[in-house]
Amino acid sequence: MSALAEILMQASFWAAAVRIASPLILATMGELICERAGVLNLGIEGIMVAGAFTGWFTVYLGFGLWTGVLVALLTGMAFGLLHGTLVVPFGLSQHVVGLGITLLATSAAYFAYRVALPEVTSPPRIVPFPPLPVPGLSRLPVLGEALFSQTALTYLAFASVLATSVVLFRTPLGLALRAVGENPAAVEAQGLPVIGLRMGAVVAGSGLMAVGGAFLTLSAFSSFFFEMVNGRGWICIALVVFGAWMPGKALVGALLFGAFDALQIRLQQAPLGREVPYQVFLMLPYILSILALVLMSRRAGVPAALMVPWRKGER
Amino acid sequence: MTAGAAEARDGPVLRLDGITKRFGPLLANDGISLALARGEVVALLGENGAGKTTLMNVLFGHYTPDAGTVEVMGRALPHGHPRAAIAAGVGMVHQHFTLADNLTVLDNILIGTVPLLAPRLGRAAARARVEALSRDFGLAVHPDARVGALSVGERQRVEILKALYRDARILILDEPTAVLTPQESEALFATLRRMVADGLSVIFISHKLAEVMAIADRIVVLRQGRVAGEVAARDTDRARLAAMMVGAAVPEARVAPREAGAVLMALEDVTAPAEGGRTGLRGVSLELRAGRITGIAGVSGNGQATLAALVGGLARPAAGRLLLDGRAAGADWSPRAALAAGVARIPEDRHGAGAVGDFTLTENAVLEAYRDPPFSRRGWMDWRRARAFAAGLIADYDVRCPGPEAPMRLLSGGNMQKLILGRALAARPRVILANQPVRGLDVGAIAYVQSRLVAARDGGAAVLLISEDLDEVMGLSDVIHVISAGRLSPAFPRGTMTPAELGLWMAGHGFGEEDADAA
Repeated sequence: MSALAEILMQASFWAAAVRIASPLILATMGELICERAGVLNLGIEGIMVAGAFTGWFTVYLGFGLWTGVLVALLTGMAFGLLHGTLVVPFGLSQHVVGLGITLLATSAAYFAYRVALPEVTSPPRIVPFPPLPVPGLSRLPVLGEALFSQTALTYLAFASVLATSVVLFRTPLGLALRAVGENPAAVEAQGLPVIGLRMGAVVAGSGLMAVGGAFLTLSAFSSFFFEMVNGRGWICIALVVFGAWMPGKALVGALLFGAFDALQIRLQQAPLGREVPYQVFLMLPYILSILALVLMSRRAGVPAALMVPWRKGER
Repeated sequence: MTAGAAEARDGPVLRLDGITKRFGPLLANDGISLALARGEVVALLGENGAGKTTLMNVLFGHYTPDAGTVEVMGRALPHGHPRAAIAAGVGMVHQHFTLADNLTVLDNILIGTVPLLAPRLGRAAARARVEALSRDFGLAVHPDARVGALSVGERQRVEILKALYRDARILILDEPTAVLTPQESEALFATLRRMVADGLSVIFISHKLAEVMAIADRIVVLRQGRVAGEVAARDTDRARLAAMMVGAAVPEARVAPREAGAVLMALEDVTAPAEGGRTGLRGVSLELRAGRITGIAGVSGNGQATLAALVGGLARPAAGRLLLDGRAAGADWSPRAALAAGVARIPEDRHGAGAVGDFTLTENAVLEAYRDPPFSRRGWMDWRRARAFAAGLIADYDVRCPGPEAPMRLLSGGNMQKLILGRALAARPRVILANQPVRGLDVGAIAYVQSRLVAARDGGAAVLLISEDLDEVMGLSDVIHVISAGRLSPAFPRGTMTPAELGLWMAGHGFGEEDADAA
């Protein structure tokens, strides 16, 4: 147990937790925006893959890192437009379309990678976002390294939580978004565009998901390889539930998951790791996340009209 | 007062002209014209399915009419744009509220009043206005309460506040009292009178004659999508309105005295625990005899639901016996066993327990008998016969609908109940459990359902009629029991008790001291 306490004391552990949480935070906010408007977006996993690829490829071609982020964002928005068109105006099953988008986006990204780089054996690297210490704050003990010595995309992730929260709860647009996920008839009765609001939420949310994917290639691993998203999208779906559809609580959930993941890596290297198969440690974050979900989540926050298609003039 | 309002004093503030609207083969509105003056309350009266709600949805821009025009303050409204209707000063309180449960009262009122891309909501100023409005019009509700936590009456006040906040000059209320207690209805009427005194105009949609007479200046009666008549409230009475609504004098359900037959079902000193919010039963004894309507009077929530569950097979007695033709029902007492024993059920909640909204009329018609011939043979459904059966019910029970393949949810409450009634009676049941069979129905449907129940009783069925409407129980029942706090009074034969005496039993008097101690 002293090994555990030792790990928890390290600033580098907390820095790793925040780093691991960053893509989850971005994509979770994207999913939360979609779901608040009443649309489940199971395309998240594939959209993250697509964002990871296009963001990386843009930089690989010689463009700037921020151009890569922008291209990832636009890629996500394009897949969001496709998902939204199928499930909002056409009212198709959100499960089926979402899984289809994930398959399509994942395969398209792998295909494009193979077509663009047919010869390579090891994934080419790019120069990723460098750490950007915040003057002053980065010298705080523990907190300085954990929170204020990260890359620009991590700060962007935290900013996305703040922005999501402010927009949802402080602006007319956010009010309309929350209402359209709860009772579209209430929005329709005020003459506001139900379809437009939902489409907008899906497109914007999908854009955020793709930026979350791009974090992996532009900030964490500096190259693109297959299976790199590795179920993070599905974790984000769970994080939205864990956070009871509240941005702040979802952020806590993402950080918690990041901490579990950082912990298991370190436990593998601890003396304990020689006795226990490493797969047990790999399972740890997921098992702990499931436990946390069971203990914490209440369905109370679920938008009442989530996954319910809206058709004008239908009784 | 604005100049526009002063001009409008001469002409009508609202004019509908020749509105026609079809849903598939159903002609919901057929050339309806209507005018509304300033400071006037017009009641739109009609049976369920007469086209009242459709007409108002056309006016408010939810539906686009196939023909006709809508004019507000002399200016034509474009069709299909709720925003235009709101901007012109039309406010609508829907029968099914259009509120978001997860938002506060204030946020619900604010939706759509601030431009979508405005940076801020301006909650502080809005709160002050909402508080002023709620004071001026007697609409007490806390602006920061979550709508999901409010009572139905409070939610309706939020809807009215929503309309007033948008400077509505014309308020449409769709069946506003259907969900209210008598006290809440009185408060609503007081609010409406204040609004009219303030120069607003109101369209009040209802099928309840008494309240229409109480609140309206003028009454427009719709029947089968057409205007059947238009009268000033002071020039008419309830009987004449009822006749206009159904197109003929309303037939009273007549109950001729009749010898009761054998005991088909009985409860012997039955006790049942309280479950899922239902009041339990304590030592209840009851006999259901062939050819007799046994009425259960009482305020709702006193054990009626448990009694209905016992008879319908959803619950078993914890103590005491449930007898069928003198034999005790066993541990296998279930809804299917009840059906097999010849118990037909008309459930209290026709949407939840009586029908599946997304199923077709055909599927709903065979919902209780789908496993049995002729609808199912050797494990295969015979849909041809099921459709023929449904078509028969539709014709025999006058169910107004697009056809047997239409989804059940398209039907109005009365027509849905007629189909459920037909399904129950088609099996020639020996015992009929009728729980609130006419609640929420219009005059014509009430008379129809009641006359069918009486006919079934004349044909030898034992009817258990559970109702909160004392007039209904006294009018139909051969014997009456009063239910109060899970206890059942002795049987009172028809005509032996006055309403006041029954009222004392309902309040719990007469059950004896030892019973009270047992509580």
